[in-house]
Amino acid sequence: MAVCIAVIAKENYPLYIRSVPTQNELKFHYTVHTSLDVVEEKISAVGKSLGDQRELYLGLLYPTEDYKVYGYVTNSKVKFVIVVDSSNTSLRDNEIRSMFRKLHNSFTDVMCNPFHNPGDQIQSKAFDGIVSGMMVQTG
Amino acid sequence: MESLTLTDNEQKYYSDLFVYCDTDNTKKVASNGRVLDLFRAAQLPSEVVLQITELCGATRLGHFGRSQFYIALKLIAIAQSGLPLRVESLNSVKDLPLPRFVVGKNEAEARHAALYQDTDSQGLYPASATAVIPRPPGRGHQNKKGPPSSTSLPPEPTSPVVSPHQSPPTSPPSWRKHKRQHSGGNAERQPVVAATGVVWTQFREPQSGPVPVEGMWSSHSPPPPSQESWVSFTADTPPSSALPAMHPSSVQESTTIRTVASAATTNEIQRQSSGYDDPWKITDEQRQYYINQFKTIQPDLTGFIPGSAAKEFFTKSKLPILELSHIWELSDFDKDGALTLDEFCAAFHLVVARKNGYDLPEKLPESLMPKLIDLDDSAVPEPTADVGYSGSPVEVTPNKSPSMPSLNQAWPEMNQSSEQWETFSERSSSSQTLTQFDSNIAPADPDTAIVHPVPIRMTPSKIHMQEMELKRTGSDHNHPTSPLLAKPPELSEEAKLPASMKFVAANTVGDGYSSSDSFTSDQEPITRQRSQSGTSPEALKVVAPPPPPPRPHPSHSRSSSLDMNRTFAATTAPGQPQPSTIAYPPAVPPRPLPTQTSVPLTGHRAEAEGAPGGGAVLTTTSPQQIPQQPNFADFSQFQAFAASEQPSSLPEVDIHSEPGQVGCYMECAKGSSGPLAPPPKPIRRRLKSEDELRPEDEQHGPQKSNVIAAVLATQPSIPRSVGKDKKAIQASIRRNKETNTVLARLNSELQQQLKDLLEERISLEVQLEQLRPFSHL
Repeated sequence: MAVCIAVIAKENYPLYIRSVPTQNELKFHYTVHTSLDVVEEKISAVGKSLGDQRELYLGLLYPTEDYKVYGYVTNSKVKFVIVVDSSNTSLRDNEIRSMFRKLHNSFTDVMCNPFHNPGDQIQSKAFDGIVSGMMVQTG
Repeated sequence: MESLTLTDNEQKYYSDLFVYCDTDNTKKVASNGRVLDLFRAAQLPSEVVLQITELCGATRLGHFGRSQFYIALKLIAIAQSGLPLRVESLNSVKDLPLPRFVVGKNEAEARHAALYQDTDSQGLYPASATAVIPRPPGRGHQNKKGPPSSTSLPPEPTSPVVSPHQSPPTSPPSWRKHKRQHSGGNAERQPVVAATGVVWTQFREPQSGPVPVEGMWSSHSPPPPSQESWVSFTADTPPSSALPAMHPSSVQESTTIRTVASAATTNEIQRQSSGYDDPWKITDEQRQYYINQFKTIQPDLTGFIPGSAAKEFFTKSKLPILELSHIWELSDFDKDGALTLDEFCAAFHLVVARKNGYDLPEKLPESLMPKLIDLDDSAVPEPTADVGYSGSPVEVTPNKSPSMPSLNQAWPEMNQSSEQWETFSERSSSSQTLTQFDSNIAPADPDTAIVHPVPIRMTPSKIHMQEMELKRTGSDHNHPTSPLLAKPPELSEEAKLPASMKFVAANTVGDGYSSSDSFTSDQEPITRQRSQSGTSPEALKVVAPPPPPPRPHPSHSRSSSLDMNRTFAATTAPGQPQPSTIAYPPAVPPRPLPTQTSVPLTGHRAEAEGAPGGGAVLTTTSPQQIPQQPNFADFSQFQAFAASEQPSSLPEVDIHSEPGQVGCYMECAKGSSGPLAPPPKPIRRRLKSEDELRPEDEQHGPQKSNVIAAVLATQPSIPRSVGKDKKAIQASIRRNKETNTVLARLNSELQQQLKDLLEERISLEVQLEQLRPFSHL
């Protein structure tokens, strides 16, 4: 279960960021922001070796004491960042991947909505629902 | 609270009352104020009211939920009929009259109650239910309506039809008229209409906002949002009220709308009685209207409306973009960015509802779900085709296609399962399992890499052959044994022998593979295709839905041995019976020993042919073949066998076909006595690891050929047993073929390993090159 989920646009501004409300959300905002550097690094590194095909799932971007940050980037350079609690060791890579996949699917659904202008904040109840389903279900 | 059973009458009445009290339009909780007013209107002593509230549990909860409200109403009825207030009496009292509420604030209420009382008989109820609407919309408008509506009151109680005398102030007069028309005998509506006409003007101003320029919107004009009474009366077709609903500005157009709406109201009324619980049903009239609108955008009713066009269209409704976005999300069922007719109708309906003041649902209501007609099962078998592609959102689309059966409720679950599909495909693409599929069943188009995989129930031998064939397809060369593999079905065809022998002759396992033209020409098209298509491992990947790399992990030499172990294990099984079966000598001419892969086969062929000529051919071909027999140490076994049995020279041939192991060679040399059937290859292989094999292959190629030649030379003429047992021959042929296929597969695997190693080497060299500059630092 994620503690914070963020969608960042190609220009590196957030399209959507949601954290578990119990904690200091600013902290997660900073975390996501710093993770962008790691994402960029991973994108550029991978891009050299495999020009055409790039793995969307970036994996663990960096761990801190309290939590781990995972990244995923789409082919249009939209980045998804998930922050999970380090204490939650049961989360396997596959699960993180599936979370990203779900996010990506919902994101494409949002993009398909003609009333949504790319670059706008994501205001979609369906997307919110998906994200809430993935967040830590704290009381 | 205990479950409450209500008669239909009561159910409807209570529901209406609840909605009436549901000032916040929450549909769940009745506002306390309204409820208490209602109770006071029941003209019961206040302590009774208190008691009722306590009994129904509202005091506990602090608010009136639906169940509490219903219980309270029933208790009121009980109290009004003079029965003691007991919880048990809730369900036990039969034929309880409906609770009466004196007209306190709302005359309509009393009227309503009265009407309900009057219409206790079930027969009248359906008619009355149609006009059940009656809940005065209330809020501020009630007062205004009070006087006018009261005039129409007197006739009301007598009319069997419960008409919304205090129909929502904004209820279009036309609508009322229709009611009058359809609800028979409500001529007294007229005054009401007039009264509401007055009220209409009041609403005109607030409604001036959403007056759209577009004619279509005006015809759709929704009643003012404060119209929650719409909720009450239809309790089902609020949007239908939209149609007849008169936009204040469109009163002038009311005539046209009325004509349109008349039919609609008919339906509406019918629907009210029938679709009591479905507020989202689209009436036929509405649907027709939507279809007409659809046609203006997209003449083809089976076509799509692209997202941009739909966006323009719905933006005209002046709803906030956020809501339109939400409506889109609800109505675009297949998430394709375009609207089909059904989706369009649903979206339109939702827009209308929203304009009417209805909140948008979180999920698409069932009645609005697009009719999913083409139920191809593409969703389910899709994953097999999707296998091999990395899990991407695109993969979700098969599941989201309209082909989904109308498991509308299951849509969210399908989304979940789409995930499972993705994981499945992702998992499968990474799996290493090698499923056995009949590669022989090639599609009509030989060039397609996608071969429809048909799993075969196989005997172990066939499995080997299949495996070998699969592996062979992955190899870059036309392995001569592949044709042989293709021929397993024709094991008994002796005619193939000469052909195969020729192929064998042409085969050089080592470096150059002189795939003779005869080989290819004689090849069955399938096999050739396979060889061609098998030039890359991808072909194999496509064949087997969980596309396993036909080879073991390329980067690990050791891991490849795992594969071989599997091969060994697989082959040992058939290998086991073989020694015993080999024992007896198929009177076979001298086998061309050395070509290890070909040996078994040649053994087959030779056996079948039973002609000495075959032996000559074999011998000639033998030197060209690089034996890949891993463990010829086993030959000793066969030697023993052979010695004991004195079978034909067949075994000798095999013996000679050892890979250049010295020991084996020695055995070869002395093995002249013991011919043995070729088939023991699997066992041989088991004894040797693949790692040994590989270097052997490379090293002993030339050696083997020499050995073979030498052995052949030393070999005395092989006596041939006169009594050929045809069956035994054929059996041994089969066995030989099996071992042949196994060996061929082995060969291909080794080849692949070789390639992988070369690639590794190259990559390492590249890396070295890259690092070289740093070495200078």
